[in-house]
Amino acid sequence: MSAISVRDLRKSYGALEAVRGVSFEVERGEVFGLLGPNGAGKTTTVEILEGYRKRDGGSVEVLGVDPAAAGGDWRERIGVVLQSSAMYETLSAGEMLRLFAGYYESSRPVDEVVELVGLREQRDQVVRRLSGGQRRRLDLGLALVGDPELIFLDEPTTGFDPHARRQAWETLRSLRGLGKTIVLTTHYLDEAERLADRVAVLRRGEIVAVGPPAELIGAAPATEIRYRENGREVVLETDSPTRVLNELTAKALAENRELEGLVVRRPSLEEVYLTLTEEEAE
Amino acid sequence: MRLFRHELKGELLLYVRSRELAFFTFLLPMIFFLLLASVYGNDRIKSEGNVRSADYLEAGMIGYGAIAIAFAGLAIVLVIRRESGILKRLRATPLPAPAYVAALLCAFLAAFALEVVGLLAIGRAFFSVPLPHHALSLAIALLLGAVSFCGLGIGLTALIKSAEGASAVVNAIYLPTAFISGSFFSPHSYPRVLRAIADVLPLTYFLRLIRNVMLHGHEIWSQGTNVAVVAAWGIAGVIVAVRSFRWEPTEG
Repeated sequence: MSAISVRDLRKSYGALEAVRGVSFEVERGEVFGLLGPNGAGKTTTVEILEGYRKRDGGSVEVLGVDPAAAGGDWRERIGVVLQSSAMYETLSAGEMLRLFAGYYESSRPVDEVVELVGLREQRDQVVRRLSGGQRRRLDLGLALVGDPELIFLDEPTTGFDPHARRQAWETLRSLRGLGKTIVLTTHYLDEAERLADRVAVLRRGEIVAVGPPAELIGAAPATEIRYRENGREVVLETDSPTRVLNELTAKALAENRELEGLVVRRPSLEEVYLTLTEEEAE
Repeated sequence: MRLFRHELKGELLLYVRSRELAFFTFLLPMIFFLLLASVYGNDRIKSEGNVRSADYLEAGMIGYGAIAIAFAGLAIVLVIRRESGILKRLRATPLPAPAYVAALLCAFLAAFALEVVGLLAIGRAFFSVPLPHHALSLAIALLLGAVSFCGLGIGLTALIKSAEGASAVVNAIYLPTAFISGSFFSPHSYPRVLRAIADVLPLTYFLRLIRNVMLHGHEIWSQGTNVAVVAAWGIAGVIVAVRSFRWEPTEG
């Protein structure tokens, strides 16, 4: 059985259709990324899955339960990290974790969580004194302390410096080792590429592509070949790079000249994403 | 029940840790009592049946403590938690909303109970104010007042849109209310306009209630009007609270 099953999900705010018929499945143990620019409907979708918002149409099952009608038993099994890390500023990291651990029937030991999110040294530090990255990791710890099967992460590294992002990625990878199902939203492509088994790209409330990051890149059209000829840059896009490259190099060899600045590139997920999410010309 | 006890412990810890709550709502009534009673505690108030000022002021500071802790403190804490997203975060945990609200209220009621004990002790030790005779009547009256102010405090959170505005709005309401209702001085000497305003404020009736019990030897069951007005305000607050309480921060 899937961890999450979404069919034709719809949600409007007044005249604005934020989510327009979204469908996807997330398997157990999978890391699933929802990728898209701001306003694409990522947070709305995730907040419906978390039980915060009511949907206007479609069907949603999370761990076999409709989140709109879910109770405490269901909340025992999910962990949530929201976009902003809200915490009691006057408690220490350890106290904060103990407080949240008490909300669950079966919780993960606080020592273990502290270790998992890399806050052993900050355990007795007051939340107010934690850095942005440390707060975010504590927030993740709060989502893990109930030992959930499924974890939602809404933009877990937004606003991080590169070092803090790498640390957060390490932590998230270790979660995957625990066999957790993870749904994360992000607008960073490298994050989705590195962390997610599968990615759904959202644009204006619709899924425009879904699949493993490598497959999305593979499905993208052309390979790009660039070189300079007589000081002029030549750019070729082709679906059969082997043939084109062979012809080019054969010709250059025959003429005994160098293809200056020759570059052959596969598009990165970033370019795929930009193609998928760019506004269509009217 | 286990969740309630767990959350109550957490709330008490949070209360003790908050310097703003500890000073402005908890210590300040006791400080005012010490200062004002030192200045004119031995005067007699003719318009109030010739009672001693210290006795009169002790009851006034209990009323001031009730509105400061149960109304102002609770409202500020709730708005800050809502706007910072803590309430939203809690909604994702298995902690049931009734257990959370009950624990939060009990923590504030416990703080008020300690406040009353502190004021009675200060009055007894420094200003020879006798301990109240009708302890049961007083306890019921205090509980009624504190719960009503909690209801009003939660109701007020619906009208405040931002954490930054919380203290300003709440202070602008409860400080003049405490003054006009007669926490610090007998309202008999106030101008007519102020007395007209005082006649609708819940604290006025709560103060009359506890002064009648503490200073004039009445039991609570003889205080129908005062009890009814305090309770009516409390119920009004609860109705607003139930209808418009939000767990999520104000958007945009």
